[in-house]
Amino acid sequence: MNVSSYPRSRALASYLKATAWFLVSLVLTLLGLVLVTFLIARVVPIDPALVMVGDRATPEAYQRAREVMGLDQPLYWQFLVYVGSVATGDLGRSVMTGRDVLADTMRAFPATLELALAATLIGTLLGVPIGVIAAVRRGRLTDHIVRLVSLVGYSLPIFWLGLVALLIFYARLGWVEGPGRIGIAYQYSVPHMTGFVLIDALLAGQWAAARNAFSHLILPACILGYVSTAFIARMTRSLMIEQLSQEYVLAARAKGVPAATVIWRHALGNVMVPVITVITLTFAYLLEGAVLTETVFAWPGLGLYITQALFSADLNAVLGGTLIIGVCFVLLNRGTDLLYRVFDPRIR
Amino acid sequence: MATASTWVDWLTTDSPESRLQGRLAQFYQTFTRFMRNPLAVCGLAIVVTLVTAAALAPWIIPYDPLATSLGSRLAPPSAQHWFGTDHLGRDIFSRVLWGSRTTLAIVVLVAILIGPIGMTIGVVAGYFGGKLDRVLMGVTDVVMAFPRLILALAFVAVLGPGLENAVIAIAITGWPAYARLARAETLSLREREFVVAARLQGASPLRILIRYIAPFCIPSVVVRLTLDMAGIILIAAGLGFLGLGAQPPAPEWGAMVAGGRDYLIDKWWVATLPGAAIFVVSLGFNLLGDGFRDVIDRRVA
Repeated sequence: MNVSSYPRSRALASYLKATAWFLVSLVLTLLGLVLVTFLIARVVPIDPALVMVGDRATPEAYQRAREVMGLDQPLYWQFLVYVGSVATGDLGRSVMTGRDVLADTMRAFPATLELALAATLIGTLLGVPIGVIAAVRRGRLTDHIVRLVSLVGYSLPIFWLGLVALLIFYARLGWVEGPGRIGIAYQYSVPHMTGFVLIDALLAGQWAAARNAFSHLILPACILGYVSTAFIARMTRSLMIEQLSQEYVLAARAKGVPAATVIWRHALGNVMVPVITVITLTFAYLLEGAVLTETVFAWPGLGLYITQALFSADLNAVLGGTLIIGVCFVLLNRGTDLLYRVFDPRIR
Repeated sequence: MATASTWVDWLTTDSPESRLQGRLAQFYQTFTRFMRNPLAVCGLAIVVTLVTAAALAPWIIPYDPLATSLGSRLAPPSAQHWFGTDHLGRDIFSRVLWGSRTTLAIVVLVAILIGPIGMTIGVVAGYFGGKLDRVLMGVTDVVMAFPRLILALAFVAVLGPGLENAVIAIAITGWPAYARLARAETLSLREREFVVAARLQGASPLRILIRYIAPFCIPSVVVRLTLDMAGIILIAAGLGFLGLGAQPPAPEWGAMVAGGRDYLIDKWWVATLPGAAIFVVSLGFNLLGDGFRDVIDRRVA
């Protein structure tokens, strides 16, 4: 009688176990990230207490500063204190801006997100079809061209590409706006709603401001977009090649299903989950590429924040920014794992 | 028992008479397959040019890469200065040639650091398994969780800018991929007959790891290193561009691009030509690695 409920409860138990394990490993990885930034801060050759009191201070004052900063505590205790403050959102104060690092990074984050999302959009719209076409025409001229173009995308120093693009499209041709996120004229007129300047301007109905913001966004977005197109196209190609060699493709073709349906609906439909994973991972990678791109385009995002903090030796800001990007990276990675679990019945 | 009439016959025989001939024949086939891929050959040519340029730089540079000459500053490319001159009148072509040594040095140093370190960690984790494996792979996963350039930035931020620190930072962020690779290989080797036989004969774990397992991990590590070279060059150039790599006046390509930024609009050659060198060299490594992988993959399959 109870036969049918038995496997279900066991499935539930194994599901709960998997979920618990997922959460535990996520927390452990995040703790590991915090440990890495903590250790980086510890290898710093400068003594933070000495910086605070100056090298002419009396030994007593120095000692007091060490105690105030908790530097006299054992290392594991200092780490626990650090974890506690990070967990409550306290990343310290930035020397450069004089504000809380978390507040600073949250202010810069939408700009990076806007850029990375725009680039991912370009990469998806171009990369997936290009990858499919290369897979279909495998070994032919089209395939070789796609391969070369994506290898070039892997090989370009992104800061250099940014400078060359600025030189050509901004300085010479004048097709786009130059560095920055929006012209000074519109800087204070666009209300802050979503944090994405382009969308804010559109929502406020300020068409001129929106056009200006778009004109600022398009060049850096295309540059990062090229890189993500290269990644996405290459991965889509190899996924599609594997899929197109399956027997069901042959069967569908044999019974007269149009080639386009087989390729774009059957085969692409079956690789959609891994393709979405690749897109997510590319997006995570763009957070990294954004550091150099933002520096070149004076784009006020997280990357520019970190590099500026580097030059003013603002360690809290550098480590805080690093940690935020690391956390995003981990969450995106784990998010794709979850995606697999939800959509791929073989793993479920 | 056909006697080899020419080298090609000897190399393409289907019944090698010695181990050496067999190996050489296999190598020759791999090589010809590699040479049939025009893109891979381009990559090989670029890398060979880079190595030659770096080796011969002291003899072939037309000017001293550090000699300033304010009289001819920011001169456009010409017959005298092929790539023009920078804001201190230094010959950019000479500096690019000289910079190939910096680039090559970084790539080689990082490679000889991350290959062995990653392999050691992966082999040990895979062979002993259990808690040690979990701890080592946990560390690997955590380091991998950071984007490489960002983690390298953070390390250089505390270590201080400079070529050595840039190499250390890139190496610290680079080893995890090799640890994973070597671990996977070790797991598949651990229970193979020849390893079990060695263990039964009383070979120490150290001996097994060094003599029986590590040699089988080396080919895949080397292929992976070739594919990684371009990435290393780009990260190093990125650090140089941000002023965290080799310090001026040393001619480092990334730093040279940064130096030319201020003159970008009027004097395009100062920033763009050294950057083009970065691009060509990293493309070369990518093409080479890609062709390399094709050949190796097909042999495995």
